[in-house]
Amino acid sequence: MTTLAPPATATMAQALNTALRDSLRADPTVHVLGEDVGTLGGVFRITDGLAAEFGADRCLDTPLAEAGILGTAVGMAMYGLRPVVEMQFDAFAYPAFEQLVSHVARMRNRTAGRMPLPITIRIPYGGGIGGVEHHSDSSEAYYAHTPGLHVVTPGTVGDAYGLLRAAIASDDPVVFLEPKRLYWSKADFTPDAPVPTLGKAVVRRPLSPGGGSPATLLTYGPSLPLCLEAAEAARAEGWDLSVVDLRSLVPFDDETVFEAVRATGRAVVVHESAGFAGVGAEIAARVSERCFHHLAAPVLRVTGFDIPYPPPMLERHHLPSVDRILDAVARLQWEQ
Amino acid sequence: MTVLDHPAAQTWPPDAHAPRRDPAPLLPDAEPVRILGTPALGGLDPELLRELYRRLVAGRRYNQQATTLTKQGSLAVYPSSTGQEACQVAAATALRPTDWLFPSYRDTLAVVSRGVDPVEALTLLRGNAHSGYDPYQHRVAPLSTPLATQAPHAVGLAHAARLRGDDTVALALVGDGGTSEGDFHEALNFAGVLNAPVVFLVQNNGYAISVPLAKQSVAPTLAHKAVGYGIQGRLVDGNDAAAMHTVLTEAVAHARSGQGPVLVEAVTYRLEAHTNADDAGRYRTPDEVAAWQRHDPLPLLERELRALGLLGDEEVAQAAAEAEALAARMRAMFHVKPELDPMSLFTHVYAEPTPQLREQAAQLAAELAAEAEAQQEAAAR
Repeated sequence: MTTLAPPATATMAQALNTALRDSLRADPTVHVLGEDVGTLGGVFRITDGLAAEFGADRCLDTPLAEAGILGTAVGMAMYGLRPVVEMQFDAFAYPAFEQLVSHVARMRNRTAGRMPLPITIRIPYGGGIGGVEHHSDSSEAYYAHTPGLHVVTPGTVGDAYGLLRAAIASDDPVVFLEPKRLYWSKADFTPDAPVPTLGKAVVRRPLSPGGGSPATLLTYGPSLPLCLEAAEAARAEGWDLSVVDLRSLVPFDDETVFEAVRATGRAVVVHESAGFAGVGAEIAARVSERCFHHLAAPVLRVTGFDIPYPPPMLERHHLPSVDRILDAVARLQWEQ
Repeated sequence: MTVLDHPAAQTWPPDAHAPRRDPAPLLPDAEPVRILGTPALGGLDPELLRELYRRLVAGRRYNQQATTLTKQGSLAVYPSSTGQEACQVAAATALRPTDWLFPSYRDTLAVVSRGVDPVEALTLLRGNAHSGYDPYQHRVAPLSTPLATQAPHAVGLAHAARLRGDDTVALALVGDGGTSEGDFHEALNFAGVLNAPVVFLVQNNGYAISVPLAKQSVAPTLAHKAVGYGIQGRLVDGNDAAAMHTVLTEAVAHARSGQGPVLVEAVTYRLEAHTNADDAGRYRTPDEVAAWQRHDPLPLLERELRALGLLGDEEVAQAAAEAEALAARMRAMFHVKPELDPMSLFTHVYAEPTPQLREQAAQLAAELAAEAEAQQEAAAR
């Protein structure tokens, strides 16, 4: 008789660390570089122990200069390496923006496919941890608007591992946004689970038959646990909410989203970055264009306000909340 | 007791603050290195000197022909390197085939000197593709339009090559204006810290479009910028082909042997405007241009080589004939209009097109089919 080992429990930070370690072990061309990634193991300890195991060349402490870090990674990728860059904090990545949009995103296209750049750019992003200015931005729309980049963000411990493995294995540049408020979230974790394909959304909470008035929440990354919590709370209000975890903003999984919205006829997009010209606007437009005849109400958005990220003592007023999501769901009773 | 008597002051600086090199060996030459007109010229290989001459003549003709092609509408724009040919040619002759060149938009002559087909080198400026050549075939990175952003790429590539055990050197070409960009400074700093085998060649041609060097930097020379990053700076007469080749070859050897990166400033002059679309008369005087024409790299080298007996009328005529053949080949090649497939717009954005790109490709395909049908109907009428 065989006994199954109980699944291990891990934080998202540990899952990311394991993904980096497994990628470094599996492929000698993988190199990690960034500020503080070596001896310290990163300010969030995501690269903990990698320099000790793989040496200072494969887990490189660089000078503090984001354009230099990413620009160096471009040259490394040109020579056949697979660099994984850590940007430390969301707003610290902006000095590297030119390298990202002017070179990283375009080199494959510029060279008609001869010079692909398999670079993974890890960026801890988003608020909710009480960070001071420049430590809480949600910058996904900037990256999603740039053709040539993949933009991926995990919302679960398992996806943190699987999607990072997939991102590093990708032959295209991937902006890998790590929801830093979920770094310490815990879940059962089996690193040998199948690696997900980039570009596939997943239904995290299906509709339950007879569960109430149906609607769909569309979300990703840091807002996923919030949406699951809201869906649970909505049961008491007579709503049965399905929750779609987008996982990948580019490429975007239209089919999973359209199917989920057509099943309910109502949708709310939830993210914490500013709503104006944000990813939610794109999703609402796509859903309106393709699911119009299935919709009983306009697609609504619950997002952060259109303000620079607020100081920590005010951020709870800015961030999407269960109440704000439930209010939006209540407003979906358009025709009733 | 003063602070200097405190025990902590006796061990100052602490280890974490104690890297540093003696700056003296890093300082650039007091005057630009010149070899033409000096006894050092006699020490150079005569065949190398004749080769440099042939390449200069061909380069000058290449610049003239490319400028003519803009007037004929065959090139969208051309930033001429006339007057800077010695820098461009030396950038290629100082490298081994296994080394890498990281050019910026004015460096097509360096790219061609490396063996890239002239038409392929000019596709960006012609407007039919961003990079017409395969970067791996001649180890030439695509022309970089954003200034100095290719310098960190050169550092990363050189670093990666060293990690893989190859003795490859990367040469990054930057203009005087480019030295004001942050990426230039980050690249120098990374190169120093990583001890990457990379050489930065600054072609100081006096102007960043219209802004003269005096408004660009108040450093003693641009080569001095190296010292702050702990790397060696060299100053060279960029119109002296023999000096350019010699100094760059030394810099490349220095980097290859693991002694660290080198910043070379070539003092030269852009005899033409920034591009064919620029009016250089607005920001510089005819007298200034005339003074630099008297220091033109081409007659400078020719005069010296004739004086040494290394060059006669026959060799001069032969070099001119080779240059004319290059120009004729360019005219013939540019006469053929490239056939562009609109569907290629979607081919190389990602390894696999996204579902959204597939939809857009289908839309364009339908538009093209409708266009073709309309043309057929019009022809039938």
